[in-house]
Amino acid sequence: MNCRSEVLELTVESRQVEEAMLALLHTILLHRSTGKFHYKKEGTYSIGTVGTQDIDCDFIDFTFVRVSSDELDRVISKAVTEFKDALGNTGSDGMGRISLEFYQKKKSRWPFSDECIPWEVWSIKVNVVHLANEQERQICREKVGEKLGEKVINVVEVINRHEYLPKMPTQSEVDNVFDTSLKDVQPYLYKITFQITDTLGTSVSTTMRRLIKDTLAL
Amino acid sequence: MDSDLSSQDQRDLDKFIKFFALKTVQVIIQARLGEKICTHSSSSPTGSDWFNLAIKDILDVSHEAKKALSGQLPGIGRSMCVEISLKTSEGESMELETWCLEMNEKCDKDIKVSYTVYNRLSLLLKSLLAITRVTPAYKLSRKQGHDYVILYRIYFGEVQLSGLGEGFQTIRVGVVGTPVGTITLSCAYRTNLAFMSERQFEQSAPIMGIIVDHFLDQPYGNQQPTMGHPCNYRAPSLEDGPTTGIDDSQEICTTSFSTSPPSQMTAGKDIGVTLVHNQSTYGTENPSAGEQAPCAPCGRGPPLGAGRGGQEGPGDRRRSPSSSDPLKSLTTFTRKVGAFVNKPNSQVTKTLDLPFAAFATPSLDKDDGDQMIHPPDSPLCPSPLQGSLHSQGSDESIPQPTDDFVMVDIKPAFSKDDLLPMDLGTFYREFQNPPQLASLSLHISTQSMADDLDSLPEKLAVYEKNIDEFDAFVDMLQ
Repeated sequence: MNCRSEVLELTVESRQVEEAMLALLHTILLHRSTGKFHYKKEGTYSIGTVGTQDIDCDFIDFTFVRVSSDELDRVISKAVTEFKDALGNTGSDGMGRISLEFYQKKKSRWPFSDECIPWEVWSIKVNVVHLANEQERQICREKVGEKLGEKVINVVEVINRHEYLPKMPTQSEVDNVFDTSLKDVQPYLYKITFQITDTLGTSVSTTMRRLIKDTLAL
Repeated sequence: MDSDLSSQDQRDLDKFIKFFALKTVQVIIQARLGEKICTHSSSSPTGSDWFNLAIKDILDVSHEAKKALSGQLPGIGRSMCVEISLKTSEGESMELETWCLEMNEKCDKDIKVSYTVYNRLSLLLKSLLAITRVTPAYKLSRKQGHDYVILYRIYFGEVQLSGLGEGFQTIRVGVVGTPVGTITLSCAYRTNLAFMSERQFEQSAPIMGIIVDHFLDQPYGNQQPTMGHPCNYRAPSLEDGPTTGIDDSQEICTTSFSTSPPSQMTAGKDIGVTLVHNQSTYGTENPSAGEQAPCAPCGRGPPLGAGRGGQEGPGDRRRSPSSSDPLKSLTTFTRKVGAFVNKPNSQVTKTLDLPFAAFATPSLDKDDGDQMIHPPDSPLCPSPLQGSLHSQGSDESIPQPTDDFVMVDIKPAFSKDDLLPMDLGTFYREFQNPPQLASLSLHISTQSMADDLDSLPEKLAVYEKNIDEFDAFVDMLQ
């Protein structure tokens, strides 16, 4: 099974990085989250309800919809903040990539650890620009809003192709497919990583791998 | 009906399509209320949230949607459309977008209705939530207020896109294949929003509206709407309370799924969907006894929906009951009078039909030697600017009964208050037409030259007579 990979590119001002990343990541996670599963007898289960909320961006003319889950929002916000800080560090030329990877765990026999098999990866390439005056910022505010709208349409288009999705698991295997640690919603297992391009243009030397959400046994 | 589809699957599919259509309408219209929507996640299924999404039902919207469907379902050749339009305070309207729920003939006979179709419809609703915030109408709806309101219309049948103008764009939200056809959800939105430049005042408002606006009350004060609407158009109507908008009378969806892989499901264990009808009757305004999320849109945003029980809709009332009516006619605005605002003609200086003529004091009518100005009479100026800038004479300092401002007799700089009371206007006029310098007067210069010429021979005779003295002076200097 090949992993589906989608790349989104965006040019933003430095103060727009956080909101732009949150908008796209939450839009993707909205589609990749379900309600909590409640398993019953006789092998059936019911699904909880996912609420949504509108979030207005402060630095972009844009409103996005995210899952109503404070826990999930905290996790995503933390990852995005780290990415934004890394982008703003000296040595960075303002280019970076943040990836949201959905994976399944495959049980392996001892002594091997469980294998993480990605089935969908969303990569967002970011190019940060610095603007000179307020007029340019205002124009950038509107332009980035339009671009984000286009990216949301792209995301929706990909998701509605209804390509591979993991099968609904049994109760014993639900943790191999879904992140069951949250109280109110249940996204597919995911992890967020990012890498920053340094001033030399190399991405290998300054690759920083952050496993924000990892349910590996070890 | 597809003969390969079991009766249970057929019933389930019909239910899914019906409630998907109703939820689609709710999502679209709630996204155009002008406020942010917030619903809460619930780990325990409540049984009333179709497609596992917390989407509240505005009662009026549900009523309108069911009325438009009239017991039918969206199907092949029968599309359900939600048209979003903008209506200005002057009564002009413009279609902004049309959302279409259609079905084509492409069938997916192998798909599982109770599992795959249901989950994909849920996914499509999430996509709809995201896309409704992206189209241009969303920003317009968030800014609706005094100038315009957003209206919706639900209709069933053929899609009508002609009102969207040239160059409209289309977004396909998503598709879901079913055994009886493929459901497609799309949006066509207007790109040409040059409507505002063609607006004209319907009433006899001043040409230079800015002058009037300075002292105007809000034209859309707390007044009742005066305009009606075609019955197809449902203007935002008021919610009477915070709870009546919730529709508790919908059918409850109790969904449960089997943990067996879909391919291994047996007929006996494929639970599918069980439906329980609520006891309350639909359409009655029962107080909601169910949940109400703190961020529920009902009762807060621009209420959309029909009038109840055949009652005429309240028109384009936009937001809360106490909010201003955006459709207040311009003719009924109240104009307050301030400084420099037009006064009754009897108070204006009669003799001079000039701009700022009213600033002239009554003494200007006299032939005054100090006055170097004798401006010619000009015809009556029809400009509203003149009319609005006339003021009463500067001598008058008594507040008129109709004035909100008191004219104060101010003595400007350069005014001569000892011999002649003069105000700034008079001073200004004098400076506009200063007297000519005497030395530059043609008459005087001509006269002096003639005198010079006449006296020249005498002067020459005198100089010749004294020539010896001049020569001695020159020798002295050498």
